[in-house]
Amino acid sequence: MAQRIDVKDLNIYYGDFLAVAGVEMSVEPRSVTAFIGPSGCGKSTFLRTLNRMHEVIPGAHVEGTVAMDGVDLYGAGIDPVAVRRQVGMVFQRPNPFPTMSIAENVLAGIKLNNKRISKSDADETVERALTSANLWNEVKDRLNRPGSGLSGGQQQRLCIARAIAVKPQVLLMDEPCSALDPISTLAIEDLVSELKADYTIVIVTHNMQQAARVSDRTAFFNLKATGQPGRLVEIDDTPTIFSSPREQATEDYISGRFG
Amino acid sequence: MATLDTAPATPSSALRDVLSQVDPKRRRKDRVMQVLVYGAFVLAMIPLVSLVWSVISKGIGRFDLYFLTHSMRNVYGGMDAGGVYHALLGTILITLLTAVISVPIGIVTAVYLVEYGKGSLARAVTFFVDVMTGIPSIVAGLFAFSLFYLVVGPQSKSGLVGAVALSVLMIPVVIRSTEEMLRLVPNELREASYALGVSKWLTIIRVVLRTAVAGITTGVMIAVSRVIGETAPLLITVGATDSINDDVFHGNMMTLPVYVYRQYAAGLVPCAPGDDACIPTINYDRAWSAALVLILVVMLLNLVARGVSRWFAPKTRA
Repeated sequence: MAQRIDVKDLNIYYGDFLAVAGVEMSVEPRSVTAFIGPSGCGKSTFLRTLNRMHEVIPGAHVEGTVAMDGVDLYGAGIDPVAVRRQVGMVFQRPNPFPTMSIAENVLAGIKLNNKRISKSDADETVERALTSANLWNEVKDRLNRPGSGLSGGQQQRLCIARAIAVKPQVLLMDEPCSALDPISTLAIEDLVSELKADYTIVIVTHNMQQAARVSDRTAFFNLKATGQPGRLVEIDDTPTIFSSPREQATEDYISGRFG
Repeated sequence: MATLDTAPATPSSALRDVLSQVDPKRRRKDRVMQVLVYGAFVLAMIPLVSLVWSVISKGIGRFDLYFLTHSMRNVYGGMDAGGVYHALLGTILITLLTAVISVPIGIVTAVYLVEYGKGSLARAVTFFVDVMTGIPSIVAGLFAFSLFYLVVGPQSKSGLVGAVALSVLMIPVVIRSTEEMLRLVPNELREASYALGVSKWLTIIRVVLRTAVAGITTGVMIAVSRVIGETAPLLITVGATDSINDDVFHGNMMTLPVYVYRQYAAGLVPCAPGDDACIPTINYDRAWSAALVLILVVMLLNLVARGVSRWFAPKTRA
């Protein structure tokens, strides 16, 4: 189910403004890759190009290639809607659909696309996704209650369950714990460690301890000054980045000397 | 603990003075504002209460099942007869037809403005919607009348023409309120839907409109309330009749506002002396009762809309 992503010479624009320049990296399958860096350096922007969510914003576009198992996601004839079915996403703030119950939220990817699904398949999908998201035991007695009645941490795990219910190849997480308390954060981090057995995971985080805890590889992004494009400074195995990074800027950032 | 020793044994009287001191200027301002707010509320309630009171007290006399189920056919002079059925039917049919025309156009236009519209076309649409909001109802009536006169000819009066006239008044209200409701839908929900691989139009229908449907219903009801009491455009486009006409595509129809107007305009009946069956004020009585019916219809519609929007509203209780 998991696939690798190779990014080459990627420039990301908002209109005429070059937001992120010259990104070149590989994301390994069945692993967790963390993006760290100061605010505004383009981590989230880059993450959103991996499932073509970037172009939802008017005027936003990219140059370069993002290849999933060798297929360029920005190539001719590629449907962004189909890409997003393969590359799921979890957002910074939990965003369950307020009009739907817990079970309907999990099935949203199927139901919203007007696909028919038998009752038994639906029940099985709901249980599988909620179990994978470590939420099943907490909500199994109230699957028909509204999803927005859950706590913030539960809502975020519901959103993860919703994302993995459509069986994507890759799961993108944009600061999934920044709105959560330490206990919910721990639950999500444990979940990430479990999910990497089946999925390729890319996670953006402001929390360097979190990056060190959950990720196999870490990419450090930085920008020279506001108005300048963000750049990928380096990407390496997480222990290497946190113990002996190649670049001075990386060491300054992770040791808290700036940012 | 050692720190306890440093706590003062007696309360500080200086601090107490500071904390209990009241700024007289602030208190005076507070009083004045309070009086103003309550005064404005009472002032606003006076006309409303007085209106409801006079309509009920003057209209309740003739308001009964007979009044609701009989038309004005073969009713003349001061006869103790006649009802509002044909006008009630006309109002319901014409309003329904108006809603059928206006609601889809209004909602689709609002979706265009919020989800697609950029640049000069969207600005032009917004501008013309604003202009349409200010069109006097009589102008809308004349517009619909002349439009159908040109196409159909002199015998063009029908419920449909009235519905078109009312749609000119209703569409901008539906667009405006729907637009507001769609803008309230958080962008995060759209992104959540896109990230699940849902296409844009399905996202709009299944997420955006579904989330906003409660507010849209309320907006549509406000728009219906705006047009249901229109008199002038209906007088021009639908005319009036004393008989029941349930065909909105042919012939004059009666509507409640026009009924009220016609009854009131007819005035006192000159009864022959000694004619006990003749009621001089019958026309006024019918006008007031019809006004009461109109208010009840609007109230009933509002209750239904509240039920609908409560049913569809996003639920938060776990």
